[in-house]
Amino acid sequence: MNTGIKPKHQRLVLLVIALVALVGAGLLAAWALRNQANYFYLPSEIVAEAPGPDEAVRLGGMVEMGSIDTAEDGVTVQFIVGDGEARVPVSFTGIVPALFVEGSGVVAEGSMGADGTFIATNLLAKHDENYMPRELEGMSTEEVRAEIEATLE
Amino acid sequence: MHGFANPARFLRLAKWLTPLLLVGGVVLILVSLVPGYLNAPPDRLMGDSVKILFIHVPAAWLGMGGWTTIAIASLVELVWRHPLAAIGARAAAVPGAVFAFICLATGSIWGRPTWGTWWVWDGRLTSMLVLLFLYLGYIALSSALAKEGSSSRIAAIFGLVGAINIPIINRSVVWWNSLHQPPSLTMGNSAIDAVYLYPLLGATLGFSLLFGAIVLMRMRTILADMQAEARLRRKAMQAAEGL
Repeated sequence: MNTGIKPKHQRLVLLVIALVALVGAGLLAAWALRNQANYFYLPSEIVAEAPGPDEAVRLGGMVEMGSIDTAEDGVTVQFIVGDGEARVPVSFTGIVPALFVEGSGVVAEGSMGADGTFIATNLLAKHDENYMPRELEGMSTEEVRAEIEATLE
Repeated sequence: MHGFANPARFLRLAKWLTPLLLVGGVVLILVSLVPGYLNAPPDRLMGDSVKILFIHVPAAWLGMGGWTTIAIASLVELVWRHPLAAIGARAAAVPGAVFAFICLATGSIWGRPTWGTWWVWDGRLTSMLVLLFLYLGYIALSSALAKEGSSSRIAAIFGLVGAINIPIINRSVVWWNSLHQPPSLTMGNSAIDAVYLYPLLGATLGFSLLFGAIVLMRMRTILADMQAEARLRRKAMQAAEGL
């Protein structure tokens, strides 16, 4: 090779081009997957494009505050799942996971009933990114800070 | 760059760095996890199972860190033909795979009481499982090449191609709706209370030092193996000439 380029640099340039192509391909694949790879639909998506009555789908969102209603049989719960734009009533019969509480995330597997209620066959609780001890729950940031300082003293 | 291409120089460095990282890592893990497990209060929703965090997050970090090590070493090997880079990549594969497995196992054990399921095929869990399979493939490929005595260049290309999965794992919870929650720790921000955060950070640093010690130990083992192999071959040659 008489081009004056060191083989080392040639390899580096070739590899960088290959890596850029690879990352581009990966990003394109991820972009193409953006709808298919979602684990659940949001309530607004379910309302905008209602699935068929026998179509198995997953609905995910926040359990609205004050919406959980336990039926007389003790194992059927009705609640509303919202995402700030749309609300979908959900009915589920069975044992709910420990983290299933109002104001927290939930993923319901099932299908839409004829009356617009989502009939869930399985419930999964979704945890949010916050980790906090029980004692500090409901406190504002300033109160938490004061509490921590009081403990440290 | 090529200063450490001389194994003798690398071995001199590794000789004192290995015990330093090992002792430092174990001490840091103990001083983080013992108070963490004994004193940290239960989480407002998850109760005591929140403490799996102290193992799960370092394991996830090092599962991904292990492949990042492989990718960087592979790049150095392919471009600069650095002889220690190939050994470093091979040495990082097994501990990386072990940490990826620990991440998946602890996550599954944690998912049952909190989410209500051992496993779901969401973006984060699936991409992490793919990482474990990539590790197994890489280990099989690189050890087969080493056994045959052929060039490890194919393994290096595999190491670089597989690295595309690392940003996908990292971004999976942001790009797609997933059962796994979005990141708690972002640049300068933490949604994790200090009582959990400090043991977590200490354990992550401690396990990282331990990981470094294991990689150095494995590199020394591979180098010693290669030397023994070369010596045996030389002896066999001499014996053959003597006949």
